[in-house]
Amino acid sequence: MAVRPVLQQADIERALTRIAHEILESNRGADDLVILGIPTRGVILAARIAEIIRRIEPNAPAALAGSLDVTMYRDDLSHTRTRTPAPTDVPVGIDDRTVVLVDDVLYSGRTIRAALDALADIGRPRAVRLAVLVDRGHREFPIRADFVGKNLPSAASERINVHLREVDGEDGVSIEGGVR
Amino acid sequence: MRHLLSTRDLGREQAIELLDIAEDMAAVQQREVRKLPTLRGRTVVNLFFEDSTRTRVSFEAAAKRLSADVITFSAKGSSVSKGESLKDTAQTLQAIGADAVVVRHQASGAPQTLATSGWIDAGVVNAGDGTHEHPTQALLDAFTMRRRLHGDASRGRGLDGARVVIVGDVLHSRVARSNVWLLDALGAEVTLVAPPTLLPVDVSAWPAQVGYDLDAAIDAGPDAVMMLRVQAERMHAAFFPNSREYSRTWGLDDARFARLPRTTMVMHPGPMNRGFEIAASAADSAQSTVLEQVANGVSVRMAALYLLLSGEREEAA
Repeated sequence: MAVRPVLQQADIERALTRIAHEILESNRGADDLVILGIPTRGVILAARIAEIIRRIEPNAPAALAGSLDVTMYRDDLSHTRTRTPAPTDVPVGIDDRTVVLVDDVLYSGRTIRAALDALADIGRPRAVRLAVLVDRGHREFPIRADFVGKNLPSAASERINVHLREVDGEDGVSIEGGVR
Repeated sequence: MRHLLSTRDLGREQAIELLDIAEDMAAVQQREVRKLPTLRGRTVVNLFFEDSTRTRVSFEAAAKRLSADVITFSAKGSSVSKGESLKDTAQTLQAIGADAVVVRHQASGAPQTLATSGWIDAGVVNAGDGTHEHPTQALLDAFTMRRRLHGDASRGRGLDGARVVIVGDVLHSRVARSNVWLLDALGAEVTLVAPPTLLPVDVSAWPAQVGYDLDAAIDAGPDAVMMLRVQAERMHAAFFPNSREYSRTWGLDDARFARLPRTTMVMHPGPMNRGFEIAASAADSAQSTVLEQVANGVSVRMAALYLLLSGEREEAA
């Protein structure tokens, strides 16, 4: 099956740097900011964005990034294989802060819907924003991303593979299969 | 996981997965909203043919915190006292549409029968059957030990090398049986210490050492001492001369407790016979994990219900 590379390591770095700048601009700095990644790759991306933010604003709080597991909030638990949850680690309270959710690919929007439910059980943020590395379309909920690394129109039959060096040994995004 | 009937069926990997999920469930207990929508629309029936406070309340809390609908049913005051059989009860539950049945029964093997007879499609959790097994109790014991030993770094770990001494009425104890299999799967070394009359005949086949001297076991400085309740209600013969002698030889009294290293956990599945198998000084000490065990019970049972009720029931067909 044909695999077509879409983003290389340098493209991903550029995209994350741009997202970090956009987050800081829209939030007017890093105060009261919490960046929560959705396991597995969203957590890595959240940590990378937080690192870039600290490089841009050395006064940014140290506890900026965390993870938010949404397994227990999914609406497809009885339709798929049993999922093993990942830890949730929220570095500070989210009440009255701006939370930026981070995921690798935005597709149906169901994961983000689950994430919004999970957030509501932890506290009441002032605002929730969404950052994704790739937006591939095919939404099933009225959800859109505020910060997008790359818009990648795709067919439902295609697969988007996101590789990150922390878990996959290398950085890269590719698109696989489908009829073009 | 289709059913949870015995810790004998649990491999190391599956046991660790269950304990890891229990860690996530425990994190939920710390939050302001202690509820997850995970099992919304599922029905869990607690079927208790034998009295129990701790286990029944714990399963009820676990199911409710996962948003399942819970029906609790005790044999007393039900048609069981009119002579209804287990089969009829099971078929009633099937007709109601139960997704999981948590069963406690005085007969060893009743949950197994329920799970394999074809009377009901629901997942079955053994909440204690006769003198056979009590898997969720063993899981919460293991969870408690793992937390005390490894703290926040517990995830993904077993109990490798931990030395656990289980003391007392092993013969009648389903808790001891479930613990022996599970602790062995997790890599712990188990020693059973009991009067010879309160040891099962087939104990040589178990993955555990057997000793008859509690003082020697205590002087070896184990990581955990698990005192078992003397189950007078199951004893239909004389297993020891009298309670004072039992207490003197097999009880964790003040003197024995004082000789234990400060790091040794003192465990008891409850309810405790204070002053008999365990002295109040040990039961109320900082080394005692009795209340932690109860709190952890809810997290472990949430994990078990989650594994039982999420995922496609492809095997159910």
